Amino acid sequence: MNLMPAIALDPIHQFQVTKWLDLRLGNIDISFTNASGFMLLGVVLVIAFFGMASRKGELVPSRLQSVAEMGYGFIADMVRSAAGEEGLKFFPFVFTLFFFIFFANMIGMVPYAFTTTSHIIVTGALALTVILMVIVVGLMKNGLGFFKLFAPSGAPWYIYIILTPIEIISFLARPLTLGLRLFANMLAGHIMLKLFAGFVVALIGAGAVYVPIAALAFAMGVALNALEFLVAGLQAYVFAILTCVYLNDALHADHH
Amino acid sequence: MMIAFLAETAGHGAEAAFPPFETWHMPSQLFWLAVLFTALYIALSRFILPKMSDTIEKRANRVASDLDEAARLNNQAVEAQKALELRLAQARAKARETAEKAREKTEAELASETARVDADLAKKLETADARISKLRADAMTNVEQIAVDTADAMITRLGVKASPADLKKAVSAALEQA
Repeated sequence: MNLMPAIALDPIHQFQVTKWLDLRLGNIDISFTNASGFMLLGVVLVIAFFGMASRKGELVPSRLQSVAEMGYGFIADMVRSAAGEEGLKFFPFVFTLFFFIFFANMIGMVPYAFTTTSHIIVTGALALTVILMVIVVGLMKNGLGFFKLFAPSGAPWYIYIILTPIEIISFLARPLTLGLRLFANMLAGHIMLKLFAGFVVALIGAGAVYVPIAALAFAMGVALNALEFLVAGLQAYVFAILTCVYLNDALHADHH
Repeated sequence: MMIAFLAETAGHGAEAAFPPFETWHMPSQLFWLAVLFTALYIALSRFILPKMSDTIEKRANRVASDLDEAARLNNQAVEAQKALELRLAQARAKARETAEKAREKTEAELASETARVDADLAKKLETADARISKLRADAMTNVEQIAVDTADAMITRLGVKASPADLKKAVSAALEQA
C-alpha cells in the first residue's frame, strides 16, 4: 500500500459522479451526471440493438436478429423454468432488467466508462423495485395467503417457532442481498482492475528491476479482465434469475 | 477485503468521500434510473418484444406448416410408390399369363401338326407298302412266266414237248421248293 502515493492513481476516482448538466426539480437536485449519461447510453444501446435486430422480422434471421432472438429465448426460458408459465407475464420486466444491467456492466468494462451498476443507490433501487413488485403481485394473487410463504407447509408445529422468523428474515434480506451483490461485485471488480493496471505503470516507473513484477501484474490484470467480463454477465444473470425465483414465490405462495 | 478498503477510504475523511456513499447525487441517480428504466421498459415491452415474439411465432408456425406439408407430400410419395408396385405386380402377372397362354397355344398347335404329319406319313407308308407288295407279287408272277418260258425253250431245244399247263405246274412246284 506504500506504493499508492507513487501510483497517483486513485482506484476510487472511477466511481466519482460529476455533473454534466445542472437540473433541478423544485428543491431536488436531478442533475444529469456522468452516471446518468452512461445509463442513457446503455438504454440507447439496448433499444438500438434490439430495435435494429427485430426491425425486419425475417423468417430466416440475419446474424444480428439471431443474436437478439437468442437473448429473447434465453430470458424466456429462464422465466419459464424459474417462475412457470404464469411468470411469462413478467417476461418484459425481467428482459428489461437483465439487459439494463448487462449493458451497464459491459459498458463499465470499457476503460474510462462509468459503471452505473457500481452505485448502491442504483442496484438497491432496482432490488427494491423487484421486491415491491413481488409483494404487490403476491398479495394480489394470493391475498393474505401470500404470508404462507413464511410458514412452509409440512413441518411439525414446534418447528414453525424457529422456521417462521427465519423465513421472515430471509425475505427481508432479499432486497438487501440482491442489491448489494451486484453493487459489491461491480465495485470490487473495478477497483481490482484499476489497482493492477496501476501497479503495472507504477512498477515500470519504479525502475527496470521491477519490470518482471510489472509483467506479472499485467498478466494478473489480463486474467482479471476476463474474470470481470464473466462477472459482468453472471451478475446480470443472477439478478434476473433471482427476480424470477422471487416472482415464483409470489405466484405460487401456496405451493410451498 | 472490501470492508477494510471502505474503512480505509472512510478514514481519508470528508475531503474524499467514497463516491457510492455520497448523498448529493442520489436523488439524481434515482430520478434518471426511474426515467430511463421506465423508458427502456416501455420501448421493449410495447414495441420491440411483441415484434420479436411475432417473428418467432410466425417462424414456428411456418416451420410447423412446412413440416406438415412435407409429411403430406411424403405420404403422397409413399402412396404413389405403393400404387406403382401394385401396377407392376399386376403387369407382371398379366405378362406371365400371356406368355403361358402363348406357350400352351403353341404346344397345342405343335401337337396337332405333329399328329397330322404322323397320320400323313403313316398313310403314305401304307400306300408305299401296298405298292411294294403288289410290285413284288407282280414280279413273282413275271418270274414264274419267265421260268415257264425258259423251261419251255429249254425242253423244246431238247426236243421234248410239254403242255403249257404241265410246265406251269412244274415251275410252280420248283418255285414252291425254292
